[in-house]
Amino acid sequence: MTTIAPALERPRATDRRTGLVRSTSTVTRRALLRYVRTPQLIVLATVQMSLFFLIYRYMFGGAIHIAGMSYVDYLVPGFIATGVLFMGIGTATAMAEDLEQGFVDRLRSLPIPRSSVLVARATADTAILAWSTAFTAAVAFAVGFTLHGSAVDGLAAFGLVILFGFAFEWVFITMGLFAGNAQAAQGMGMIVFPFAFVSSAYVPVSSMPSWLRVFANHQPLTYMVDAVRSLTLGPDAQAVLGHPSSYYVGRSLLWTAAIIAVALPVAVAKYRRG
Amino acid sequence: MTPIIDARGITKHYGKTVALDGLHLVADAGQVVAVLGPNGAGKTTFVRTVATLLRADAGTLRVAGHDARKDPAAVRRVIGLAGQFAAIEPAMTGRENLEMVARLFGQSRRTARASAGAVLEQLGLAGDGDRLARTYSGGMRRRLDLGASLVGAPRLLLLDEPTTGLDPRSRIELWEAIRSLVHGGTDVLLTTQYLDEADHLAGQVVIIDHGKAVAAGSPTELKRQIGANIVELHVRDACDLPRVAEMLGRLDHGETEIDEPTRRVSVRVDSGGEGLMSALRALQASGVELEDIAMRQPNLDEVFLALTGRPTEGSGAMAAAAA
Repeated sequence: MTTIAPALERPRATDRRTGLVRSTSTVTRRALLRYVRTPQLIVLATVQMSLFFLIYRYMFGGAIHIAGMSYVDYLVPGFIATGVLFMGIGTATAMAEDLEQGFVDRLRSLPIPRSSVLVARATADTAILAWSTAFTAAVAFAVGFTLHGSAVDGLAAFGLVILFGFAFEWVFITMGLFAGNAQAAQGMGMIVFPFAFVSSAYVPVSSMPSWLRVFANHQPLTYMVDAVRSLTLGPDAQAVLGHPSSYYVGRSLLWTAAIIAVALPVAVAKYRRG
Repeated sequence: MTPIIDARGITKHYGKTVALDGLHLVADAGQVVAVLGPNGAGKTTFVRTVATLLRADAGTLRVAGHDARKDPAAVRRVIGLAGQFAAIEPAMTGRENLEMVARLFGQSRRTARASAGAVLEQLGLAGDGDRLARTYSGGMRRRLDLGASLVGAPRLLLLDEPTTGLDPRSRIELWEAIRSLVHGGTDVLLTTQYLDEADHLAGQVVIIDHGKAVAAGSPTELKRQIGANIVELHVRDACDLPRVAEMLGRLDHGETEIDEPTRRVSVRVDSGGEGLMSALRALQASGVELEDIAMRQPNLDEVFLALTGRPTEGSGAMAAAAA
C-alpha cells in the first residue's frame, strides 16, 4: 500500500463543498451499515412487524368479521400501511441518538451540504422500511393473504406504502431533531398510536363509536390504508370500500404531498438552527 | 502572520443564559492554544462557534483568515473537530470510519483509502483498523475520533476536552499524539478543565469564566502570576491543624488554607522543591505527626481564586474531583 508521507495533502483554497450526491450516499451507507451490522436493529426491523402481524391475524382474525371477505385480506393492507408509522419511531430515535452522541456535530462541521444529512437519514430508513415491509408481505402471503387484483396492482400497493413511509420519515426526522435524545424521541413516538389504530387499518371505521369515527374519517392514515386496500382488493374494492381505488389513491397522494410540504422544510430549518 | 483564530467580542445567548459574553481570543499559528475554564464557562460554546456549529449573536470571528459568519463552508474545509463524545460509528471498522469522513471531505475513493491508512498509522491504530469500532477501548475510540478529525488534513484542530474520562495512560498517549501533530504543522485549539493538560501541551493558555477571557499567556507566565505549586499536609491529629498552619504561614510562602474534615493544610509555594523542603524542615522540628505530605500543581479552583479573587462556582465539587 502506498503511504502518504509526511503530512496529508492540504486542501486547496479554491476547493468547494463536497457534492450532494457523494455526501448523501456516504452518509446513507453509514446508516445502512449500522442497521445491518447491529443484530438487535436488523432482527427487530425484519421480524417485529411480522410478529405483530401474526398476532393480529390469528388472535383477532377469529373474532372480527368483515362482510364478504376474510379478515386476513382486510388486515394485510391496513397493517402494512400503518407499519410505516411504527417503523418511523425508529427513525426519530436514530436521529435523536445521532444528535445526542455528537455524530451530527461531526457531520455539521464537515464541508457537506446541510440537506445531505437529512436526505441520507430519510433514504436509509425508507430502504429499511421497504425491506421490512417486503418481509412482512411474504409472511402475509404464507398465512393466506391473497391479492384480489392483478400483480401490477399489488406492486403499486407496495410502492404506495413505501411512498407514504418516505413522507412520514420527514415527520419523524423532525421529531428526532426536537427530541434531542433517544428517550424523548421514543416518548414523542407514542403519538403514532391514535393515528394507527383509530383508522380503517384493523377494523372498519363504521364499527367505531361516533366520536372516534370523526377522527378516523379525516386523518391521513385512513385514506392511505384504503388506497392500499383498494389496490389489493382489485375489482372487489368498490363493493367493500364504497369508492373506486382512484378516489382513495388520489386523496392519499394529496395527503402525502401535504405532509412532505410541511415536514421537510420544518426538519431542514430545525437542523440548520442547531 | 495571520492568526489562526481571531475572535473579538463573541457573544452568544441561549434565551436568558449568556454563554459567551464578549469573548476575545487571538490565537497565533504554530502552537496549541488551550482554553481553560470550569464547567459552564463557555468553552464548549466557543469551540462550537469556531467549528461553525453555532452562530455567534455578535462579534467577529475569523478562522484561518475566513469569516466564519459569511463563509462557514470555507472554515469547514480547513478544520477538524473532535469532542468528548467520540463521534464515530461503532458498527463500522476504524478504517471505514476514517474513509467515510475522508469521502465527505470530497476525496476520491483511492485518496480516502490512503488518507485513512496514513492516519491509522499515525495514531497507532493500524493493527486494529479492520475491527469494528465498537470493539475498541475508550482510549482507542478517542484516538479514532481524533483520527476522524485529521483525515481532511486540517489546518486547525478543535479538541473539546479530549482527555476527559480517560485513564492516565490513554491520556498521555493522546497528549503524545497531539504534540506530534503540532510538530507536523497542525494548529490546535483545545478546551480543558485541567491545568496540567494546558501546562503540558499549550504554548498559549486562555482562561475563561462566565463567557469572558479573564487571563491569557503562556503557562509559565500564568503560573508566575499565581505561584506555581501547592504543598498539602495531611495531619494525623486534627488539633495540630492550627499549629501547622501557623508554622507554614511564618515561612513566608503564600496563604495557608485549612480543611478540617480531611485534616489538611495547604499552602502556596514558589515552583521548585525549596518550598516543600522548608515545610518539611519546619515540621520535623515541631514533631507533629503527619499522615501524608504532597506537592502538587494548583488546580483550576486555586488558579481562579488567585486570578479573579473569588472561587469558581461549585468549587466544592472541583476540589473533591481534584483530590
